[in-house]
Amino acid sequence: MPVRVQEADFDPGAELEALARGDTEIGAVVSFTGLVRGSGGVAEMTLEHYPGMTEAALKEIEAAAHRRWPLQATTIIHRVGPLAPGARIVFVATASRHRGAAFEAAEYIMDYLKTRAPFWKKEAAEDGSATWVDARESDEAAAARWEG
Amino acid sequence: MRILYFAWLRERIGVGSEEVTPPGTVTDVAGLVDWLRTREPRYAAAFEDISALRVALDQEQADFDAPLAGVREVALFPPVTGG
Repeated sequence: MPVRVQEADFDPGAELEALARGDTEIGAVVSFTGLVRGSGGVAEMTLEHYPGMTEAALKEIEAAAHRRWPLQATTIIHRVGPLAPGARIVFVATASRHRGAAFEAAEYIMDYLKTRAPFWKKEAAEDGSATWVDARESDEAAAARWEG
Repeated sequence: MRILYFAWLRERIGVGSEEVTPPGTVTDVAGLVDWLRTREPRYAAAFEDISALRVALDQEQADFDAPLAGVREVALFPPVTGG
């Protein structure tokens, strides 16, 4: 059940291959890959995080997903540091016997990752100005729908 | 006690972390922030709107009324924006 926070890029194909390898009970693999958007004149996005708490928070989100759905395996990767538009930033993959659990758990993990894991995005524009990205109410609402 | 600041809070205060020894009258996070505000104008400016901030105690999310007894690391930061 790997959780990784890293500056380096990753290979989604290789991660999916590794996730399901050797477990023939797995009948469904779902993945989400988040990319840095270049819209609005964004030249670079820098990801700051809270080393130690970040990994603990991601492991807790992963463990909660495993308690909620019958998952065979999961992978969570989040990049930090400077990233160019088009770069991969986050990867979540879930594997289960049937597709329902894999689809739902992947959404659940992303919704909680966006609202609970201590990452902060700063966007730099072409003209050199930089702004911290504001949290979105819609992300909180997405996570809240899993409660109760 | 070690305090960590992240994102725009770190930039406004000018340091990412510092060791502090608050007076005994400071018993919870809100009290700690009130005490920090009195230190220098940059703290007062950074903590102008506490509702815009979140807190973690020893790397666990907490509330501003959480007690500080036994806490070694306090982190203050804006709402998270990963993913």
